[in-house]
Amino acid sequence: MDINLEPIVKIIQEKFGATLEEFRGEVHLFVKPEQIVEVLTQLRDEERFELLSVLNAVDYFPQKTPRFHVVYQLTSISRNLSLQIRVPVNEDNPKLPTVTGVFAVANWRERELLDMFGIEFEGHPDPRRILTPEGMEGHPLRRDFPLGYEEPQFTFNFDEIRAQKPSPKE
Amino acid sequence: MTQIEEVSIDQFKHLVSERALTGETMLLNMGPQHPSTHGVLRLLLELDGETVVNCIPDIGYLHTGIEKNMEAKTYQKAEVMTDRLDYMNPMGNNLAYVMAVEKLVDLDVPPRAQAIRVILVELQRIASHLVWLGSVGLDLAAMSMFLYCFREREQILDIFELVSGQRMMTTYIRPGGVWRDVPVEFEKAVREFLKTFPKRIDEYEKLLTKNPLFIDRMVGLGILDAKTALSYGVTGPMLRASGVNWDLRKSRPYMGYEQYDFNVPVLTEGDTYARYLVRVQEFRESLKIIEQALNKLPFGPVQSDNRKFVPPPRSEIGVSMEALIHHFKLWTEGFLAPDASIYSAVESPRGELGVLLAGDGGPKPRRVHMRTPSFDNLSVLPELVKGHLVADLVAILASVDIVLGDIDR
Repeated sequence: MDINLEPIVKIIQEKFGATLEEFRGEVHLFVKPEQIVEVLTQLRDEERFELLSVLNAVDYFPQKTPRFHVVYQLTSISRNLSLQIRVPVNEDNPKLPTVTGVFAVANWRERELLDMFGIEFEGHPDPRRILTPEGMEGHPLRRDFPLGYEEPQFTFNFDEIRAQKPSPKE
Repeated sequence: MTQIEEVSIDQFKHLVSERALTGETMLLNMGPQHPSTHGVLRLLLELDGETVVNCIPDIGYLHTGIEKNMEAKTYQKAEVMTDRLDYMNPMGNNLAYVMAVEKLVDLDVPPRAQAIRVILVELQRIASHLVWLGSVGLDLAAMSMFLYCFREREQILDIFELVSGQRMMTTYIRPGGVWRDVPVEFEKAVREFLKTFPKRIDEYEKLLTKNPLFIDRMVGLGILDAKTALSYGVTGPMLRASGVNWDLRKSRPYMGYEQYDFNVPVLTEGDTYARYLVRVQEFRESLKIIEQALNKLPFGPVQSDNRKFVPPPRSEIGVSMEALIHHFKLWTEGFLAPDASIYSAVESPRGELGVLLAGDGGPKPRRVHMRTPSFDNLSVLPELVKGHLVADLVAILASVDIVLGDIDR
């Protein structure tokens, strides 16, 4: 661990009871969903982590419970440090408070998570899907979502596929 | 089966001003098919006459499920997907992904491969900025810029064809090194480019930098202050034009960037003209890096000799049983990566291109998330264009330098 990162990790561990994991010099801190806004506010204001580089999720289905880890990768530009905060979220009730008030970038990133993983963010100003079309069912980046494909339309199956294609309303 | 639903204003009600609901302001679609949106981007504009009141970007028209597809492929095969991500920067995407894999499995890269990677990625940065410069010119009705820039880009693509056999979807940088050593003609071709290109930059600057029409269209538009930029996760030339000195090549050197002497251009104005100037200066800095890397290009292997991750050369397979086994294992099962997660980032022409890579102990990744800079850079657009004219919106959007493949993934 970076020597400058140690006091920061200590503060977060003491104040929020975070657990620590290290891998290849990267520091991952695990906090509870209800603490995330407070943790990020503290890190931004007191410890000068100005940039939220990544807000995304990893699905550990079916090996681990809770199933999702929401990942917040923070970068401090003035101190040249990196820190990763992780929030484990359950499958039954995937809900988190929004952090759009702390980092504006969270707006689109949280919409992407809603779209791709079905994780909801309470208090989000614009909870719509962002990448997939309106009316899409399911959440594509979940591990149990099948990697489907569309059958190509050839002469021999032209009518069969045309019957399944969406067509404009009369 | 999907149903086609009628789009009504209801879903955008909370994003537009109240005047739009009474019909006082007009809602206008710009895109998805529009030459100035640099791809398939749709902007829903709320207009008061010619002035933009609100701008709601709508993305996802180019969503191809790259991240999902990568989960179904082995680490080596997933790399071809990264080329398709940001199609102006295939070499840089390869590097970002490959560096993440190397970090996950703890694989070293020989110095010659590192230097080759640096040269190619910097050439790619120039090529990407050239496309940007050409399309900015086109958007502002300076048609000749487009032709000049594509002429020089062609030279770079020829070099890529020389080393990898492909002009765009290169997949040349591989885990543990590069695909094969560069051919003998490579050095001559790059030197030729280094000789001609500085004069070309002078030409571009003569055409645009002091051009009063260009300055009128660019100065003071879309001003972005450092605090807003950081809050919106803006990185790359856009952030540096807003006065934040942050370049991953300098602050967290990778691939031996610390050996090269170059500057990071930083301006404080934060307007479209400053973004233009930063990118033009980056041309010259990239040239400096390429020249140094080419002068110092060390001799030696271009691939790691760790046979658990890098396939053995053809000559070994015929004489060594071990090599044959490794070859077979690597091309059928692939290599195994630990059940852990890492984050690694490089400086792409557009900003911080990061890869969040989680392995599951097997030969396929559990999750690959590409943190693409265009996505975050575009999310700040509504803040930039408020109160500007529609014609200025085109200039501001052009200065953001988005690539839709990068945004929609």
